[in-house]
Amino acid sequence: MSTKTVTVVENIMSANDRVAQENRNQLVEQGIFAINIMASPGAGKTSVILQTIKALSKHVRIGVIEGDTAPVTIDADKIIKAGMPAIQINTGGACHLDAPMVNTALKQMPLAEIDLLIIENVGNLICPAGFKLGSHANIVVASTPEGDDKPYKYPNIYRGIEVLIINKTDLLPYIEFDMDYFQKGVKMLNPDLVSFPMSCKTGEGVDQWSQWLLSRIRRTSGNE
Amino acid sequence: MHELSVTESILSISTNHAQDANAARVTDIFLVIGELSSIVDDSVQFYWDIISQETICANAQLHFKRIPARFRCQDCNHDYTITEEMQPCPLCGSYRVSVIAGEEFYVESIAVEAE
Repeated sequence: MSTKTVTVVENIMSANDRVAQENRNQLVEQGIFAINIMASPGAGKTSVILQTIKALSKHVRIGVIEGDTAPVTIDADKIIKAGMPAIQINTGGACHLDAPMVNTALKQMPLAEIDLLIIENVGNLICPAGFKLGSHANIVVASTPEGDDKPYKYPNIYRGIEVLIINKTDLLPYIEFDMDYFQKGVKMLNPDLVSFPMSCKTGEGVDQWSQWLLSRIRRTSGNE
Repeated sequence: MHELSVTESILSISTNHAQDANAARVTDIFLVIGELSSIVDDSVQFYWDIISQETICANAQLHFKRIPARFRCQDCNHDYTITEEMQPCPLCGSYRVSVIAGEEFYVESIAVEAE
């Protein structure tokens, strides 16, 4: 019996990444722009989605995939109430969505009837960062009460994202949150990041975010 | 919790390469993990011991090569390593920095016993 070393050099996420690429191809074929929204629990992912629906539903058709770790449909129900199709993924305790889960959900989504797909990831600042889903843009929703040190403590989630929404700006007068320190941490990790301070309560920043999103959707669907 | 799916991927990649090499058994697996990739070695090892049973990889030793996070200052070109909390450039204090290492996340090689 002899031993030998076999060179592998294969990314551990390669199987997931292949399915993510399939998802992307499917979305591109249908002319759909897709975003993956990640955040800690309670940062306001669903509120941001509802504000986005309110701002854009006259211009584009929106579908939502809701990822939750528990078998609940609280978030999906809110989306359906807002008049949009929502597919619920229950991850069965898993802490993130992965590309195969999204692939399954895409089969249930009326793809021919939507222009924008919003994927709400499981509330978690760690695990979702490692799993590509096939979306065109990854978005993080940070909220001011979480503290200004989050980029320093959870650096990975701020890498590879395109937009950062800093939610709950209406609470700034009441809490210790150094926006400059927060933004510096984010810029170290991701210098090209676009950020939108926002309050889903007052509506501040929703227009700017919606305009950014609309221009990206139009670029994808070739309407511009 | 995502260590389970990561460990399943490591098993699948190692098994495929071992079969391609006509191996009888995998003895060692060499992983390269950057410090910016958030996984816990002990947790991967824990899942590994369970899911690798009765596979070609059973009892294979996992080796973790950790790559520190490294940043390069865009203002003074200084390279520096982050061991704990992320910091601005220690020489000039600039926050204009870019990540140059620490995101590695791959199976580098496996050691196998031939038939």
